[in-house]
Amino acid sequence: MAPADPAIRTTPFETPYPDYDVLGKWDSVSFNDATRRVVADRLQNVPERRFFDEPTFALLRAVIDVVLPQPERAERDRIPVEAWIDAMLYENRSDGTRYAGAPGKRAAWTAGLAGIEHEAHRRHEKGFRALSADERHFLLACIDAGEADPAAFDGIDAKSFFRGHLLKESVKIYYAHPFAWNEIGFGGPAAPRGYLRLGPDDRDPWEAREAKMPQKIRGLP
Amino acid sequence: MSTVVSDAQERIRATGGRAPNVFRRGEWVPMKQYPENEAVDFVIVGTGCGGSVLAAQLAEAGHSVVAFDAGAFYRPLEDFASDEREQEKLYWLDERISGGDHPIELGSNNSGKAVGGSTVHFQMVALRFRPEWFTSRTSLGYGHDWPVDWREMWSYYAKAEDAMKIAGPIRYPWGPKRGRYPYREHELSASALVLAKGAEAMGVKWCGTPTASLSAPRGEAHPCVYRGFCKIGCATNAKQSMLVTFVSKALKHGAEIRDLAMVGRIEVGPDGRATGVHYHREGEWRFQKARNVVVSGYSIETPRLLLNSACPAHPDGLANSSGLVGKNLMVHVNDAVWGIMEEEIRWYKGPPSLAVCEHWNYEDEGKDFDGGYAFMSQGPLPTDFATSLVSNEGVFGHELRKWMSHYNHMAGLKMVGETMPQETNRVELSDETDALGLPIPKVSFSYCENDRKMAKHAERFQGEMLRAAGAKSLYHTSSTAHLMGGCRMGDDPASSVVDAAGRSFDIDNLFVCDGSLFPTAGGVNPSMTIVANSLRIADRIIAMARRGDLH
Ligand SMILES: Cc1cc2nc3c(=O)[nH]c(=O)nc-3n(C[C@H](O)[C@H](O)[C@H](O)COP(=O)(O)OP(=O)(O)OC[C@H]3O[C@@H](n4cnc5c(N)ncnc54)[C@H](O)[C@@H]3O)c2cc1C
Ligand code: SF4
Repeated sequence: MAPADPAIRTTPFETPYPDYDVLGKWDSVSFNDATRRVVADRLQNVPERRFFDEPTFALLRAVIDVVLPQPERAERDRIPVEAWIDAMLYENRSDGTRYAGAPGKRAAWTAGLAGIEHEAHRRHEKGFRALSADERHFLLACIDAGEADPAAFDGIDAKSFFRGHLLKESVKIYYAHPFAWNEIGFGGPAAPRGYLRLGPDDRDPWEAREAKMPQKIRGLP
Repeated sequence: MSTVVSDAQERIRATGGRAPNVFRRGEWVPMKQYPENEAVDFVIVGTGCGGSVLAAQLAEAGHSVVAFDAGAFYRPLEDFASDEREQEKLYWLDERISGGDHPIELGSNNSGKAVGGSTVHFQMVALRFRPEWFTSRTSLGYGHDWPVDWREMWSYYAKAEDAMKIAGPIRYPWGPKRGRYPYREHELSASALVLAKGAEAMGVKWCGTPTASLSAPRGEAHPCVYRGFCKIGCATNAKQSMLVTFVSKALKHGAEIRDLAMVGRIEVGPDGRATGVHYHREGEWRFQKARNVVVSGYSIETPRLLLNSACPAHPDGLANSSGLVGKNLMVHVNDAVWGIMEEEIRWYKGPPSLAVCEHWNYEDEGKDFDGGYAFMSQGPLPTDFATSLVSNEGVFGHELRKWMSHYNHMAGLKMVGETMPQETNRVELSDETDALGLPIPKVSFSYCENDRKMAKHAERFQGEMLRAAGAKSLYHTSSTAHLMGGCRMGDDPASSVVDAAGRSFDIDNLFVCDGSLFPTAGGVNPSMTIVANSLRIADRIIAMARRGDLH
């Protein structure tokens, strides 16, 4: 699934909304108390690691850095996706669906991460974290393309794990973070005040201003 | 999680002679309460489109009613945050098993758990069935006929639309004439205008979607402020969910609501009739006596409860002499086409589906499949959009972040496509149990050839329309939405679970009233049909009671 033009993959992401800060609306009528409590909790109370052991947590973090690389952010500004994955598994939270014949979330994540590590050893004779950035990306792309060694994944379907658990859960966490709302120009919290201007190329003063066009994807305009 | 906002999920609220006032912060309304050891006229399990409507109408007619919901009793103004993760509290997240060739996603995709049911987070698209669908076997040659005449349903749609003050167009371009919608149409958002532009370019009709969100004030509820968080709960009460309409009405007329109360089993007496329900609330199992029991838990929990209530007199589960409880479960094909527009759309604003095209519900020429589909303009919130993007496209890395930064330029068209009823698509009990010791339901679903042909047709047509509207870089995603069926109503005890009044053929004081009654799915979102049908069933039950034809 690697795109034709490798630059599209490797050029770092840049936000079209460099001067937008959704948290600037904190004291405005776009935020109500319930929202303030939830967002403050997300920013202040990043969960401690409780489910994975240290090496597995480090592996998870390395994988997340390939799935959602954030090189432009200092460590303290980085959205720590792995922390909430660990918390979800520790609390054994369900999302309401367990596919027949598939393991529960805990087993899926444990087997999935072990599978990524096995696959790294099989292909490169070293662990995932010892691989170069390109090798890491390519390894995950192979898993998504269904080219992983099934034996490495201990009975789970590698591609389903990759899309259905790893990618899905990661974006659910990442794009629920105010910093991610900023980078995509999402209006963010909007109660009690919503919006007045609904038409194309129109926005209220409290919405993000697009400073430049979003970058190309897959070589398409 | 949600404890950050309130304790609605931890502590029962409807108790001590009062229930939350959904229109005010921290305030209460009086609530009548009934003793457990005296039989009430009706116990109702579930407070969504089926349960709350019945509770309101039966209480208004003077019956004693206790309605149970496993979910919490929220005050939207203070309990709902503008936040996708927090609002997951509105969904039925208890684990269920999903199998078959095309296993469906459950949880947030189709199942709510709150007083007010799935309408607390529904997207408010308020459409009617095409009249011929009520006789789809006789008129169109597929599926099953409904045991109701379309004209009767038509009159109940009008009542449902009035009760929910649907905001809709002056003239609806498809089907027989309908009266004016009670509230004026909403302004079209940029995302709705994309559908309009595409439809105009292709020469097919389109219109502003009839929407269950206020376009003008109503009592204590304010009009829509176009904040766009409808799918995760409206914090302003503009959305006309069951919570702010029929649940409030039920309380006013003396119904009792029990929140955080999970019904686990219906008890049947020596005469083979229902005597009440066992329910779990505040950490213990309790029993409420009733003269009649109505199950309104939607297409998975309704069959689950009937099956789990099996007893020596009804070894295969209650109301199941036909063997059809749990079978003929249907979904809507919910495939979509997405693309990037030159202009900024900012589809996070306003109700997400403000324009609709029902062309392929009413046009029968040029189709290689039975049934129909509608499609609507889209406005998913960021994590909703991102999850569908990654699960369908597998995109990750810098490319994912770049793709997501087109969010404000995206537009989409998403279908609601009728799947065929098939007996093998069904709900069963697994041999695993949940935390309360109740068997976990197992859902099996597989598309048939017809379903797939429809999806292909829609992919082509929606793609063409989106392109005609000027979108580039199109891609396609697959998913399902809504649940229908599982306890079909009909005239024949051998081929249906309940009759046209929702009454079980086997146990005359046991009723079903919710989305599980649908004999066919129809190519529109189901809630208005469920509400209309429930209003109709309420009238029939009230008439039966007057005739002395009830327990
Ligand atoms: C995200 C989403 C968007 C939607 N958008 C639309 C839309 O735009 N237009 C539309 O027409 N429809 C829409 N729907 C569908 C619509 O909400 C449902 O079809 C409708 O609410 C079903 O009504 P119901 O009464 O059958 O069940 P529900 O409304 O789901 O109510 C069932 C209730 O029963 C309770 N319950 C179940 N079992 C038990 C038990 N054993 N004990 C106690 N309580 C129990 C549940 O907690 C729940 O509250 C949407 C659904 C979802 C999930
Ligand atoms: S857009 Fe309107 S209906 Fe939707 S959440 Fe906002 S106020 Fe409620």
